[in-house]
Parts: sequence; structure tokens; C-alpha cells
Amino acid sequence: MAEHDITLTVNGTEHELEVESRTLLVHALRDELGYTGTNVGCETSTCGACTVHLDGDAVKSCTLLAVQADGATVDTVEGLADHGEFHPIQTGFQEEHGLQCGYCTPGMMMTATDLLEENPDPSREEIREGLEGNLCRCTGYQNIVNAVENAAETMGSGAVADGGSVEELAGGDACASDPNAGAETTDRCEVRWPDEGESE
Amino acid sequence: MSIESLDPDDVDAADILGSAIERREDPALITGEAEYTDDIQLPEMLHMAILRSQHGHAEISDVDTGAAEEMDGVVAVYTHDDVADEAVSRDGSLLIPTGWLLDSLRQVDHPVLAKDKVRYQGDAIAVVVAEDRYVAHDATNAIDVDYERLDASADPDAALDGEAGQLHDDAEGNVAFDWEIGDEERTEEAFDDAAHTVSLDLENQLLIANAMEPRAAVADYHPGTDELDVFMTSQNPHLHRLLMSGVIGHPEHKLRVKAPDVGGGFGCKIHHYADEALVALVARDLERPVKWTSTRTEGYKTDAPGRGHVTTAELAMDDDGNITGLRVDTKANLGAYLSTFAPAVPTYLYGTLLSGQYDIPAIHASVTGAYTNVPPVDAYRGAGRPEASFLVERLASLGAREAGIDPAEFRKKNFVPDNAFPYQTQVAVEYDSGEYGKPMEKALETVDYDAFRERQEEAREEGRYLGIGFSCYIEACGLAPSELAGQLGAQAGLWESSLVRFHPSGTVTAFCGTSGHGQGHGTTYAQIVANELGIPYEDVEVVEGDTDEIPQGMGTYGSRSAAVGGSALVKSSQKLVEKAREIAAHQLEADPADVEFEGGEFGVSGTDRSLGIKEIAQQSYLAHDMPDDMEPGLEATSFYDPDNFVFPFGTHVAVVEVDPESGEIEFENYVAVDDVGNQINPKIVEGQIHGGVAQGIGQALYEGAVYDGNAQLLTGSMQDYAVPKSLHIPDMETESTVTPCPHNPLGVKGVGEAGTIAAPQAVVNAVTDALEPFGVDTVEMPMTAERVWNAVNEQATADGGDAADATDADTATDADADTGGEN
Repeated sequence: MAEHDITLTVNGTEHELEVESRTLLVHALRDELGYTGTNVGCETSTCGACTVHLDGDAVKSCTLLAVQADGATVDTVEGLADHGEFHPIQTGFQEEHGLQCGYCTPGMMMTATDLLEENPDPSREEIREGLEGNLCRCTGYQNIVNAVENAAETMGSGAVADGGSVEELAGGDACASDPNAGAETTDRCEVRWPDEGESE
Repeated sequence: MSIESLDPDDVDAADILGSAIERREDPALITGEAEYTDDIQLPEMLHMAILRSQHGHAEISDVDTGAAEEMDGVVAVYTHDDVADEAVSRDGSLLIPTGWLLDSLRQVDHPVLAKDKVRYQGDAIAVVVAEDRYVAHDATNAIDVDYERLDASADPDAALDGEAGQLHDDAEGNVAFDWEIGDEERTEEAFDDAAHTVSLDLENQLLIANAMEPRAAVADYHPGTDELDVFMTSQNPHLHRLLMSGVIGHPEHKLRVKAPDVGGGFGCKIHHYADEALVALVARDLERPVKWTSTRTEGYKTDAPGRGHVTTAELAMDDDGNITGLRVDTKANLGAYLSTFAPAVPTYLYGTLLSGQYDIPAIHASVTGAYTNVPPVDAYRGAGRPEASFLVERLASLGAREAGIDPAEFRKKNFVPDNAFPYQTQVAVEYDSGEYGKPMEKALETVDYDAFRERQEEAREEGRYLGIGFSCYIEACGLAPSELAGQLGAQAGLWESSLVRFHPSGTVTAFCGTSGHGQGHGTTYAQIVANELGIPYEDVEVVEGDTDEIPQGMGTYGSRSAAVGGSALVKSSQKLVEKAREIAAHQLEADPADVEFEGGEFGVSGTDRSLGIKEIAQQSYLAHDMPDDMEPGLEATSFYDPDNFVFPFGTHVAVVEVDPESGEIEFENYVAVDDVGNQINPKIVEGQIHGGVAQGIGQALYEGAVYDGNAQLLTGSMQDYAVPKSLHIPDMETESTVTPCPHNPLGVKGVGEAGTIAAPQAVVNAVTDALEPFGVDTVEMPMTAERVWNAVNEQATADGGDAADATDADTATDADADTGGEN
């Protein structure tokens, strides 16, 4: 099996690693690099437990080859919080009891943050549509929808309410340069999604 | 009404029990810090993959492992004969045992690796151990198995009719057992004298649990001490240790089973499978750590499915619509072998719940267990109780229609009256407490029932079909009083054990033999213990799921953790307080009888002298000034054995709109009013109901394990088996009433399975109510649009009319032919 040298920038840290042609991105993250927060729930891109951000977009890392991600930035659940300060989506999940066993939660949150970037103020129906690629067997989804609403409100009360966007709230450079961004938001921007602004 | 979560810091210590505090489990789970079994990496770890049967039923004439063994990176390959070598098996049975026996049970051998025959697609034939997980899977493909296929069937009726071929020499006609409960003669008389009867043929389809985390195990053997650590996705590590000890021939005290974070179970992680035992066996043999993680497809082929009943049920009523008798005949699918609790599920967890919430004077049920070519069937969320509640509540709706009584009124008039508790049913169990009218009234109010019927009438005039469906469920939880369980066939006691230990500095670790996998025990148990000891919630840590840390335990299933595990924690806490009281009395120079304990303080009545329990804890470890003959330290262990099952109940109401032209069903509302006794944490209760209802709706509308005529699984991936998605589940309104359990110290009844038990029949009743104008009185689950459409059109055709919009019998027949594996 051919081996390939690839570079992945995971949560802001650059890693060089050697993978087989067939190594899945999720296995490179979990087994090679130790980012075990991203889970595997199926092999068919159905359950979404393995969702990560690839160059800023939510993707299912169980059906993507690691070599396809060569040179990309990958953001995982481990990168959501900033030095112990939860991202609003994490706070939303905790406050709304949006998780039980927690296995789907990392993927669910990564999809939700992508959703909120696209649509900072989604309706409940839009949240349910946005999450349809992520399965949860514990919660019946209702409190997950509440959690995403909760996060949208929190995020909206910062940059978005002042005329900014969630994308700015998430991206370091945009955020720091946005005079309307709240102080809390600015603090969070430096570590999270460092290459957000470079997404295609 | 949605419950608002509270920050535990904002809750007074005196109010901690019963507060909807946020879960302490969450920070690890939302940051990726949690450790599930597959996250474990050990030095020199190998990976195991399992070669499974391609066929539902076949003789195996040869297994050639030569090519696999020669592959780079393959360390070892084992077949049945390899593991049977005494050096590998030691004195292990290598047979998977069942933990529940019935008088008529025909037990059969279930080898960890198939010998000459495979009996379901997924039956393990060989294992490969390799340096890499991909290589291990590659190598299974290089093993050559010579199969000689045999007749197979996934259907219990067909298996009992001889269509499946004989699975086991020890079970003639594929009969696993014949079982009955109730009074056959009296029931027959009730039917002879009935003014009205209704009958229902139903299939309660086979379901796959679909815990989001696939099963997995990592085993690590220490040759120097002969200790074998097994980290695995378990709902009951102690039970797994006990059973595995016998299977692989490893002494129980040298075997550690630990459940790391577990990503859901819903029953499928209770049972002892061959797979985890094989991981332990090969790790011991190779003296290297070994990991196995099920793929999802592998899980579909091997995780114990649940339900799988084919039933005829009949209800007898008098002139006034009073229920006078219930008669049930069920063929239960047990799969290819007997799983851990399999014999109990379609018998004592099913037949004993057939009285529902109703005062039924005569009941008889007979159940035949069938060996078939599906994976061993066992408990899936609800386990037996959903099957019972489904038929009782379907019959209640059909009976009301037959008797010409409103379905809500029909139920109310047949409820066990409030003054009849404890209520002895005709099917062995005695209900502890209940006020069945209360949730029903609350549900009717929440859906505004009278207004709904008016709206329904108006909508029908516009050609829109709304329907309302009731489900007044009962369940028996808190498994189980050990003596009774033993009389019924359990091969284990079903008590729970706990240890509550003060540390010298005044904090507490509470150990419990249950094993949570998403329920939030770390939070709720700490609420219980903090309340009992009068100390801050944050000073209590909870430990579960590790046989090396917790004295003994029976695990988490059957909605038993709060009722049995929680009660064990209360009992240990109380023992601990009694010891502390004696130390306090000694140091306060008072009679222990005069020392009162409240809010964490021991005070001498009539004085202002007092000592806090944390101070006593410190004193107990200093042991400088103890009562005579008292041992130092402050901890207590207890075993709590419940006096009875607990019986949660409630009323769920589904309101739907059905489009008879497309067969599509839309929810207008779903109301759940549950009485689970006292609530330790109402937010967690709400979450359990939401999730349970979603699984029940899944059964009603989407889910089902479908096999073809050769017992090949057609729904073998998440693309084929319809686990409900976010858009499939409606927002629910949840309400509760509180009728405390009278026989456990917390007054709790259990909530883990309520939603799953209640929901399917609420939805089916709503759909059939909507389609009443078309004469539809039943639709099989899962109620796909096609099935609904067919039900409408077949009925219209049978009636000779064209009510269902110009659809004729030919079209219906064509559609039937196209369904393929649908049924």
C-alpha cells in the first residue's frame, strides 16, 4: 500500500504525517494524531458523528481520505473551546440538555456551528433541516434544536446583533478587526478556526 | 412545558434533590475529552477483526486461514479449533450462556466461534489479529470458508412451521419454549359471555438498537499477575465479568471489566456476546493488548435486536364497554441462540404487563419462543413491556370503536380505580401505586380534546384527515426483587450495591454498581448523596462502571438505576450517617438517641451543641477520640434489594394529519404526560422522555430490521435502516404528575423506557383514528406512506366503494408487488 506524506493543520497546529492511500481522515485524526473527540458511528456518511470542519466547512471525515485533506486546515471539537471558555454552541448544549451519551455531540456541534455561519438566526425548522445529516439516538432532537437556538441567541447578541456576522464572530482576523465585536467575542477569536478567512 | 436547567451553584443545598441542574458529565462530552472504548490506545496494541457468516444458515465444511496467516502484519488467526486448544481456552466453556431459565426452555449451545454450522448472518467463524485495523479487516477477506447452505428463515411463524430447517438438534421444531400466564378457563368464559369482542393480528417488528457508539472492547493481559483488563462498551460490567469469567476460563478476581464512557446502549450493551470474550481470549493468548471495534454493518448483523412478535390478541367487553377479558397468543422471535436475558423478555417482562392500566378480571397469554436465523434477540429499550402495552392500547382503541364509546372515555371507565392500589393483576404482578386518571386528564386538557374533535369534524368536511391517538401505558421497572426474579427463572440476584465513602478532608466518593451510558448518573447520584449527607453537591464524586473500584453491581437496564441503584446509595448514606451519629454523640457527650441529624449537622436536642458531618469524617480518620470498639473511618457499603417492581405510568397523545392520497403522516402535536414518581432531576427526566418517544415514533413510522427469504439482512446499514432524523421527530409537549413509589426510599419509579413503551401505539391509534372514515382500523408498523396508502385503498376496495380517490385494486396490487423486502 502506497504511503503519502501529508500536512494537516488541526485546530491551529500543523502536523506532518505519513498515511496510506486508503487511510480515512477520521482515522488519521484519531489513530495517528490522537484527536479522539471526533467519533465514528457508521461507515456510510449517514450518522455525522465524525463531522469536522475542513477549511471551514463541515464535512464527514469517515468518507474522506486523509490524502484528500493534505494541506488543509481541520477543526475538531477539541478546538471549539478557548482555554476552557466554552464556545456558545457548547454552552447551548449544556444548558439545554442537548446531549445524553455525548457520542453524536462533537459532530452535531461541528455541523451546528457551520449551520450558524450560513444562517445566524435559523428557525426551528431550519435547524432541523440543517442537522438532518447528524443522527442522535438519545435526545429525540428537541433539546438539540433548543441548544442551537440558544447558541444562535448568544452569538447574535454579540457581533451579529451589532451588524456583524457569525463568520466574523468565528474568524480570528475578521473578529479582531471588527470594531463592533464584543469584548468576549474578541477574546475567543484568536484560537478558534484560525484559517477561517481562507476558506474557499 | 420545557424544563429550564439550573446552574448547581444557584441551588440551595436543601433543594438539590429534585432540581433540574445541568449535568456534570457534559464538559468532558462537549469538548472531546470523554474517553470511549475505541479512544483507548495502549502500547503494542493489536487490532482484531471477525470473519462472520455470509449466510443465514449453513453447514461449514472447511475454513482455510492459510492465505490470511501469510499476510504482512497479521499476527494470528483463530478458528473454533484454535480457541478450543486448552492453552488458549484454559478451562473456559467457550459457550455463551443465558442468564434466565424457564421450565420448558430448550437450551442450545452457542459457541464463541462456530464449529460446523452457522445459524445467522453474522455468526462468528474466525478472528484475525493484526498490527493494524485495516490489515485485520483485509485478512478476514482472505479466509476461505466452504459453506453448504441450509433453509433459513427470519420469521418465527415460518421457523415454527418448519420452513427454516432445524436450527439445533436440541430444539425440535425450532421451539425454544412454550410459556403461559393467567387463567385460560376464566378467560374463555369471559369471551363466551362477552357482548362485544375485538381481535387484532399484529406484528411487533424486529428493531435494532442503534446506539450511536458501536460495540467495542480493548483487552490488556498482565502475565506477571495473570490479571486481565477488559475495557468494553458495557451496561453492566460486573455481569459481564461474571459471565466472561466462565466463558474464557479466567478467575473472576483476576478479571477487571471497565466501561469507559459509553455512547448509548438501549439494551444492546447488556448482553454477553462472543465478540468481547474473543478479544479477551486472544489478548491473553498473545500477551499483547488487543482492540476490536464493531463496524456499523457488523453491529446491524450482531447487536441483539428487540421485539419480533407475531401476535393474535382479543378483547372481550360487556354491554357497557367494561373490559371483561383479554386473550393473547404470541410467537416470539428469539433468534439463532439464547441471549443473556432472552427467555425473560417475551415472557415475564411481557405477559405480566398485559393488564395495562385496566382492571381486567380475566387474562390469558401463551407465548411460543422460536429459534430463527436472526441474531440472538434480547432486550431493547422497554423489552417486553412495549409489546404488551402496544397490544393492550391498540385493543383499547379498537374496543372503544366496537363498543361505540369515545376512546378516552373507554379508557377512563376501565382504569384501575385509585382506591384499588396496591392492585393485584391477573398476571402475577401487583401494581404499587397509581392514579391513572390524572395523566389522562392533564393530557386531554393539554391537547384540548373537545376542541380537537370539533376541528377534526370540520377538517373532514374539507377533505383533511386529522387523528388523535391515546396510549395509557404501564411498565414494570426497577428490576428486580431478587427472590421473585429467582422464582421466575433469573440466574442472578437483581439487587444493587453501593459504597459511600467520606474522605478525611470531608469530600465524598459514591460508588454504585449500576453503569450509566448517557443517563447522567454522575449528576443524579450526587444529588441523592449530597441530600442524604447534607453536604454540598460539588463535594460528591460518583464512580460507576469499573469492577476494580466498585464492590459488586448488576448494571443499568430496565429503568433500574434510580429505583434500585439510587436506593442503594440512600441505604449506604443512611448507614454512614448512623455511624457518624455515634461518633458525634460520643464527642458531644450525649446519648446517640438525643442526637439529631439535619442539613449536615449533628445536634443534641435541646442544646446548641453540634458537629458537622465533615468534621465527624475528619475525626473518624484521625481516630483519636472514638467510641469504644468502633473502627476508624467513615464509609458504608450496602446491598439494596427492592420489595417490588416499580410501575411508572402515563398517557401519551399523538395528534396527526394523514393524507390518504399520498399516505403521508404529519404530526400536529405530541403530548406526553408521565408519572415516574418523584423526580431527582426533572431536566434529565424530560430528556429521557424525549429520547424514548423518538425511539417509539421510530418504531411506529420508520424502523424495522428486514430480512429476505434466506434470512439475509436487507437493512444492514444506516442508509437502509431508518433511524429517525431531526426532521422526523416533532417537538413534544411534556408534562408530569407525581405519584411516589411507596416502597423505595426515594419514591422514584424510573423513566428510561417510558417514552419508548408509550409512543408506538399513540401514533398508530392516531393514524387509524384519522382514517376512520375509510374504515381503516389497523396499519402495520412501520407505517410507511405506502402502507398507509395501501390500507386506505385496500379497505376502500374491500368495501366495494371508491372512497379513496379513484384508486383501484390493480394499482394496490402492483404497489404490493413492488414493496420487495418491505415486510
